[in-house]
Amino acid sequence: MTSTRKEPSGVVGTPGGRPTPVARTSGGRPSPARARSRGRGGAPYVFLLPATVLFALFFALPIGYALWLSLHKVEVKGLGLGAGARQEVWAGLENYADALTDSELLAGALRVVGYGAIVVPVMLGLALVFALMLDSEKVRLTRFTRLAIFLPYAVPGVVAALLWGFLYLPDVSPFYFVLDELGLPQPDLLDGGPLYLALSNIAVWGGTGFNMIVIYTSLQSIPNEVYEAARLDGATPLQIALRIKIPMVAPSLVLTFFFSIIATLQVFSEPTTLKPLTNSVSTTWSPLMKVYQDAFGKGDIHAAAAGAVLIAVATLVLSFGFLRAANSRSKQEEAR
Amino acid sequence: MPTNTKHRRFVATAVAVTLGATTLAACGSSDDDSDAQSGPAKLTYWTWTPGMDKVVDLWNKGPGKEQQITVTVKKQASGDTLVTKILTAHKAGKGPDLVQAEYQALPTLVSNDAVADIAGEAGEAEGDFAEGVWQQTTLGTDAVYAIPQDIGPMMFYYREDLFKEYGLTVPTTWDEFAETARKLKEEAPDVDLTTFSANDSGLFAGLAQQAGAKWWTTEGQKWKVGIDDAATQKVADFWGGLVEEGAIDNQPMYTPAWNKALNTGKQIAWVSAVWAPGTLTTAAPDTAGKWKMAPLPQWSKSEDVTGSWGGSSTAVTTDSKHKEAAAKFATWLNTDQEALAALAKEGGIYPAATTAQLSEAFAEPPAYFSNQPDFYTRAAAIAKTTAPSAWGPNVNVAYTTFKDAFAAAAKDRSDFGAALTTMQDETVADLEKQGFEVAE
Repeated sequence: MTSTRKEPSGVVGTPGGRPTPVARTSGGRPSPARARSRGRGGAPYVFLLPATVLFALFFALPIGYALWLSLHKVEVKGLGLGAGARQEVWAGLENYADALTDSELLAGALRVVGYGAIVVPVMLGLALVFALMLDSEKVRLTRFTRLAIFLPYAVPGVVAALLWGFLYLPDVSPFYFVLDELGLPQPDLLDGGPLYLALSNIAVWGGTGFNMIVIYTSLQSIPNEVYEAARLDGATPLQIALRIKIPMVAPSLVLTFFFSIIATLQVFSEPTTLKPLTNSVSTTWSPLMKVYQDAFGKGDIHAAAAGAVLIAVATLVLSFGFLRAANSRSKQEEAR
Repeated sequence: MPTNTKHRRFVATAVAVTLGATTLAACGSSDDDSDAQSGPAKLTYWTWTPGMDKVVDLWNKGPGKEQQITVTVKKQASGDTLVTKILTAHKAGKGPDLVQAEYQALPTLVSNDAVADIAGEAGEAEGDFAEGVWQQTTLGTDAVYAIPQDIGPMMFYYREDLFKEYGLTVPTTWDEFAETARKLKEEAPDVDLTTFSANDSGLFAGLAQQAGAKWWTTEGQKWKVGIDDAATQKVADFWGGLVEEGAIDNQPMYTPAWNKALNTGKQIAWVSAVWAPGTLTTAAPDTAGKWKMAPLPQWSKSEDVTGSWGGSSTAVTTDSKHKEAAAKFATWLNTDQEALAALAKEGGIYPAATTAQLSEAFAEPPAYFSNQPDFYTRAAAIAKTTAPSAWGPNVNVAYTTFKDAFAAAAKDRSDFGAALTTMQDETVADLEKQGFEVAE
């Protein structure tokens, strides 16, 4: 799940739906003076009300509840049988301490970092290359190719994982059959290092098309005069791509990178779907799977809440850290 | 099986004595709704048994109509997911009236006060069930937390034709089982007798149960966890040894690869339970009529014990406003001959009620085993030898840990004993974290 498809249990409120590529708003904002002079009544607040209520009900409240849960735990008396044997008590930061010292959560985080290190560069690299190729004038069948590359994104993540999972299983996969017929070595894709490749492959297959469309749309909006000028200056197509196109679509690259990081940190459905097929994927393979396991396998919603909050914080720090870094760089460039 | 009965009594008394006090407290809570019994009752029932709606129709048109008790089926996912859902619903006070619960989940549900004691309403049903089965719904106390529905006595399934072809005999002891696996490897290196799969904890729990393991017992007000007891260690070492030497496969079951292995004779036996014909029908359709069922191999020649894998019960929740009506339905569903025949036909379950095991619904063998006319007669005989089980309040944790620890051990063909220790430690740690007192 490395595109922006929504996870069923999204931890961080990623903007819903498919994002429109970078609509930069600049100018056109009414001056503060004019806004103040117009009506001092509660009209703005009335307009704000629906959004505020919805935000409070479906966003702030659940997060608040998760925080509350994460600070509590259940305590059992005696054998824990019969009524009143369980009590919810204040736990302070105990759940967080447990989660942070849990080697399985840390190991899961490391696994996801390794997985992301493959997925994000490969997927975005391919998306960029495809977008540039589709944008060049010499390519034929643009529409068909665009659709063909985009199509896997329309396949639900679980279905994609199942599909690839079957292809990875030596006993039922046509690939292995061919390898066997040709007398070539047959690697075990569901174990060790290759497992990361196998998982990444599913994400890249599913996510490249979406990211390509984002970058491609942004390429299409570059005015033709820019290319004309470049050509007059004697720039080759390669130079145009490297010196003009890529810098001009940098905002969409930042955006796709941002979404990819979030999706990677929340990887859940691919490993969960592959899990029954192999001994190599544990029930706590990724941090989000650990949260799921805590909540629905062990029935400990308090530990699960603490884990979820930690993942949310990590995602926020990483993604906004990246955005800030990207922003300050572009500001420096502007200043130059 | 004298040893068997002794075990059962031991567990029953141990738990009964220590739980006396708590049981009384639990009984009290179920009385306050008795006034809500008069008048028509509408009940909801959470179950995952296929075709249950048709069985419930029989009730709604027959005895239910007379007593003005209408039951509505809400189809659910099975296993751990449903337990979590029941607990969540109970927390919100919105639980259904009746739930299907696996035996090993009952202590968790009881410990969360989600299922009611129906000893007063349904206690008489006891006579319909084998002692070891009934004991799982009482947790060894005077309370009755559920009515047994189906059971899964374990058996040994094998390809009769291929056993003949490779010159193998059906193993009656686990030693013979190991020899059979090795001999098969010599005869046909590409073929495995079976696999050790870590993706269904119930299989391992059943095998340990057969060996006499008691994973959860009580001492005073303390729980004692015996997952790494001698009996379970014996089972873990046995399977770990076979995997390590490569005598059997180490890949998980229920995968497309596993289906293919069974269907093409790459795996020629399966340690399973009475419900295996259903699974084999879909997993290995081409080999219908070529399989046979035999009792599970024993740890010593003189023994005759089996474990159980699967099986569930019908429980009444503490949230129900019509506990008496709900208990009436649960009793009818699991003891009435008409209901049990429908359950067998529509849901394909193997009934816990002993009289139903030899009823007309089970006169014919399953279609897949048409070559074994006495399938259900043998099954009923094997069911009688089921060892008692001892479940505790965090079976889910033990089961989850099993999956991860044993999957890793099977993959690396490494020490199963270490995996078992992990399972024990995690289970104890979880109990202690929840505040249970754990005896050393």
